[in-house]
Amino acid sequence: MTDHRPSVMTGVRDRAQFGLCTALGLLGVFVLVDASRIGAASSSNDPIGPRPVPILLGVLLVVVAVLYAVDVARGGRGEEEAGEDVDLSTRADWKTIVMLAAAFVLNALLIQPLGWVISGSVLFWGSAFALGNRHHLRGLAIGIALSLATFYAFAIGLGVNLPAGILQGIL
Amino acid sequence: MDNLNHLLTGFGDVLTPLNLALALLGVTVGTGVGVLPGIGPAMTVALLLPITYGMHPTQAMILFAGIFYGGMYGGSTTSILLNTPGESSSVVTAIEGNKMAKAGRAAQALATSAIGSFIAGTIGTMLIVLVMPQVVKFAISLGAPEYFAIILVAFTGVTAVLGSSRLRGFAALLVGLTISIVGIDFVTGQQRLTMGIPQLADGIDVVVVAVGIFAVGEALWVAAHLRHKAAEVIPVGQPWMGRSDWRRSWKPWLRGTVLGFPFGAIPAGGAEIPTVLSYMTEKKLSKHPEEFGKGAIEGVAGPEAANNASAAGTLVPMLALGLPTNATAAIMLAALQGYGIEPGPLLLTKEPRLVWALIASLFIGNTLLLVLNLPLAPAWAKLLQIPRPYLYAGILFFASMGAYAVNAQPFDLFLLLALGLLGFAMRRFGLPVLPLIVGVILGRLAERTGRQSLQLSGGDLSGLLGGPVSWVAYGVVVLVLVWPLLAKALVRTRRSEAAA
Repeated sequence: MTDHRPSVMTGVRDRAQFGLCTALGLLGVFVLVDASRIGAASSSNDPIGPRPVPILLGVLLVVVAVLYAVDVARGGRGEEEAGEDVDLSTRADWKTIVMLAAAFVLNALLIQPLGWVISGSVLFWGSAFALGNRHHLRGLAIGIALSLATFYAFAIGLGVNLPAGILQGIL
Repeated sequence: MDNLNHLLTGFGDVLTPLNLALALLGVTVGTGVGVLPGIGPAMTVALLLPITYGMHPTQAMILFAGIFYGGMYGGSTTSILLNTPGESSSVVTAIEGNKMAKAGRAAQALATSAIGSFIAGTIGTMLIVLVMPQVVKFAISLGAPEYFAIILVAFTGVTAVLGSSRLRGFAALLVGLTISIVGIDFVTGQQRLTMGIPQLADGIDVVVVAVGIFAVGEALWVAAHLRHKAAEVIPVGQPWMGRSDWRRSWKPWLRGTVLGFPFGAIPAGGAEIPTVLSYMTEKKLSKHPEEFGKGAIEGVAGPEAANNASAAGTLVPMLALGLPTNATAAIMLAALQGYGIEPGPLLLTKEPRLVWALIASLFIGNTLLLVLNLPLAPAWAKLLQIPRPYLYAGILFFASMGAYAVNAQPFDLFLLLALGLLGFAMRRFGLPVLPLIVGVILGRLAERTGRQSLQLSGGDLSGLLGGPVSWVAYGVVVLVLVWPLLAKALVRTRRSEAAA
């Protein structure tokens, strides 16, 4: 809901929105810079070539970023998404996000050398820990059970690409 | 008659023991995952994509049909028993459904929702059989300029009709379009926005985008605002309805179906509008208007039917034109593309067995759902009590698995995290998710048809204008865009008239 109440009445204006506008604008500039690098490769069977579309998108992104910033400056505010388990009255819990991202990155780094069964277990256990689970053994047990089950069901049963890693030959 | 034969062939393809087992698996897993709090139908389909990777496309479609209706039904169970729905389409169901549950009528609310969904889904699927081939007949005659114009209608529809802020919708659409052009240009072979990263040369996989935005983004968003006291789940027994419940439900089911189907078929926000319309209609027509707001069964029966009928309606543009009008259809299209099947007007001609098998399995899945859900509701309700750390850890686990399995490269996992953070930001700032996904899916097609049209005209912009179909389409685009200004002007003139 765009809320056009003046900021004086609502007290704090959601200034973080300007960050989003900046990001959109920068994305637009990046798209434009990248487009300028593309060779003019138009030919008779493709008169407009690969450049106009990114240029159009870049310009539109910059325009929308500016309009968005104007909307925010006038007190516009995007409605945060609600949900079954979402409590919007609390401040964002950045510690959890950072821990989740760490578990995620760890999985990405470990999946090829150690294999999905190990990296997936770590991912599950780490994410559950980040989300407040303090039953470490139970978390780990569920993680291992899930990764083993998915490995056997998907990689072996259905031929989905999941690496066995160092457990190759054991699983 | 011809369609009926095709449909019978479709049933023949589906009615093998293995395929029936897949349909059963689809509805069971779809409902189970859909019931989980925080997981709506779109995310259900996105998370369950990897199950289908190793399968034949027809089998994958059979499974999807089950997941599709199962996920929808699961979502309404959650909103009846938990009250705070995640989907905009089940918001209306929650209004009366949760009141009914609190008043000890959870069994009846679930029953009217299950039977209403079945009826609406069955009628809706029959309408697909009737309408879809006609739309294909019309669509197959369309040239590139017309197709381009229709895609623009879809873009405007999902951005401007839906949601509260058009500006935020357009921002999301533009980001999606930008994601779609990453990779090698299909005509000239030039790299665009790849930053020299070889893994980006083939473009960003739509499945990775869908899983990142829907699953990872949602999990991160919930994680940042996790409710520490879990919401209260209302216990429920076997769903059933008394005679008066039936009497009060059957008309709302039919009216909901009539409202839902056409709205699903046009790009105007899927189930949001028809469920609200159905609720208002039932409130007006009810013999017990005083019960509305306190748990009127009509207020569950109508919107639930509208919800399911609109889900069926979305399959018409999806199968006939390759246009997604809601998030779930968008992800199913992504899945089709993953099989190397190009959605669009030629789909029915090129892959008739696949399409008809999908439609046949919609009928079967819908029936299985009814048989399964009436006795299993108490078991589903137990799923609502799953500890949240395990639930969201599980979502991240399956999301990573699915995204990795697309191309078997760890790079996609980093991409997934980046897209998840984008999804987080969009939820934080109230940017709608659907325009982004539609932009990613249709971006390349829009560019290709646009460029083809200009090729026909030798680069002259008039090539985009095409024939009468595209004129109408552009007219719709302009009307949708100008509408708020027009409405404002109308209000102003009326006010000044009143003042005068």
